[in-house]
Amino acid sequence: MFDEPPHIDSAHDTTIGDAGVLLQTFDLVCQRDHEDLFEPVNLAVMPGDCVELLGPNGSGKSTLLRTMAGLHSQYQGTYHSVALVYQGHRLGLDELLSPLENLTWFAGLLDQQWDPQTALQILARLGLLEQAHMPCQRLSAGQQRRAAIARWMMSPHSLWLLDEPFNALDVQSQQLLNDLLSEHCARGGAVVCATHLMLQVSSKKTVHLHQQREVAA
Amino acid sequence: MNGMLQRELVATLRTRGSVLNPLGFLLLSILLFALADPTTQNEQRNYLSSIFLVLILLTNLLSLDAMFRRDFDSGALEQMLISAHMPFVAILTRIFVHWLGSGFLLTLFVPILALLLGLEPQTFFAIMLVLLIGTPALSLLGSIGAALTVGFSRGGAILALLILPLFLPVLILGNASIDAAISEQSYMAPLLWLAAFSSASLTLAPWATWAALKISVEMQ
Repeated sequence: MFDEPPHIDSAHDTTIGDAGVLLQTFDLVCQRDHEDLFEPVNLAVMPGDCVELLGPNGSGKSTLLRTMAGLHSQYQGTYHSVALVYQGHRLGLDELLSPLENLTWFAGLLDQQWDPQTALQILARLGLLEQAHMPCQRLSAGQQRRAAIARWMMSPHSLWLLDEPFNALDVQSQQLLNDLLSEHCARGGAVVCATHLMLQVSSKKTVHLHQQREVAA
Repeated sequence: MNGMLQRELVATLRTRGSVLNPLGFLLLSILLFALADPTTQNEQRNYLSSIFLVLILLTNLLSLDAMFRRDFDSGALEQMLISAHMPFVAILTRIFVHWLGSGFLLTLFVPILALLLGLEPQTFFAIMLVLLIGTPALSLLGSIGAALTVGFSRGGAILALLILPLFLPVLILGNASIDAAISEQSYMAPLLWLAAFSSASLTLAPWATWAALKISVEMQ
């Protein structure tokens, strides 16, 4: 219970499933209050995959992502996943700290080598260089979003689970995010993204979450 | 790991209120006791030290609610649950910084606070020892309650109900030590028991806190 959750294997562990599979679900159904949210999902995410998760509001997209991140335990079926980056509706930025300090904290959390130069380059790419030392509470919603994106880019994990990452972003930043996702997949990373905006990424896969149909008695 | 400690310290410095408010509460309530009972007799010294310890417990309780609240609201907590390389260390860092801002700080202020309350200066050293050894247990055990109630928007009252019973050993053993010090006897025995209690909390509480945080994050 206190070690790493059993379903999350280290990034180099390929004993589960086929070699190279980053995330795999077998008839995964998330539940809330013992009710199924959608029809079973069977998904295999390989390096380079960009999976778009579509479905109406309330169809369980967020819950599915939370489940795969290990934050929701009411589900049936199984899934295996390598270590991953998760971005929920809450950005995970400490508002009192600057983007740079947030990144430092996150590197410490992952026990990762901290390289301020790389962090600054990433922040510059995201257009946040001027705000790098400003407390996050002084940033606009879109800027905070971009500071959160810097966290994924710093992370050594190749699987990104993103929940509505385009929220609050302006058109330019949306374009930038699409580019970043394409680059990440081209580098052998993988993305699973719940979104209302269609991803502008070539060779994406789309998964529709279907509402559980009422079965006539 | 340095990154984590640095972040906790910086964040604490930027929310000075969360440290200063409980300290102000303690100062005020001690002043109230001092004002309400100006003619303290010698026999009442024991009673004063108990008041002092109870106020320390309540002050600690006051600072606990904020322990994980901000991280819970901002989502930093779920990131911690997903990504922490060493959960035990991540939790312990947070608890340690909480202790620095509560228990350790209170220990430094003992001479002023105890003087206000009219305690004998000879006992100050014993009181400081008791706080130095006993308050880590308060932060450690308190973190369990803070983690369990962080999902409730008004968790304060439940937190008090959950945690005050767990604080009892600190109160009893601390009081025994100070009593012995007042009557100029050796207070090593209760103090060592207090140290044992703190050590046990150190090894057990972070795991319980981690599990409680998981439950809280899942429930939202």
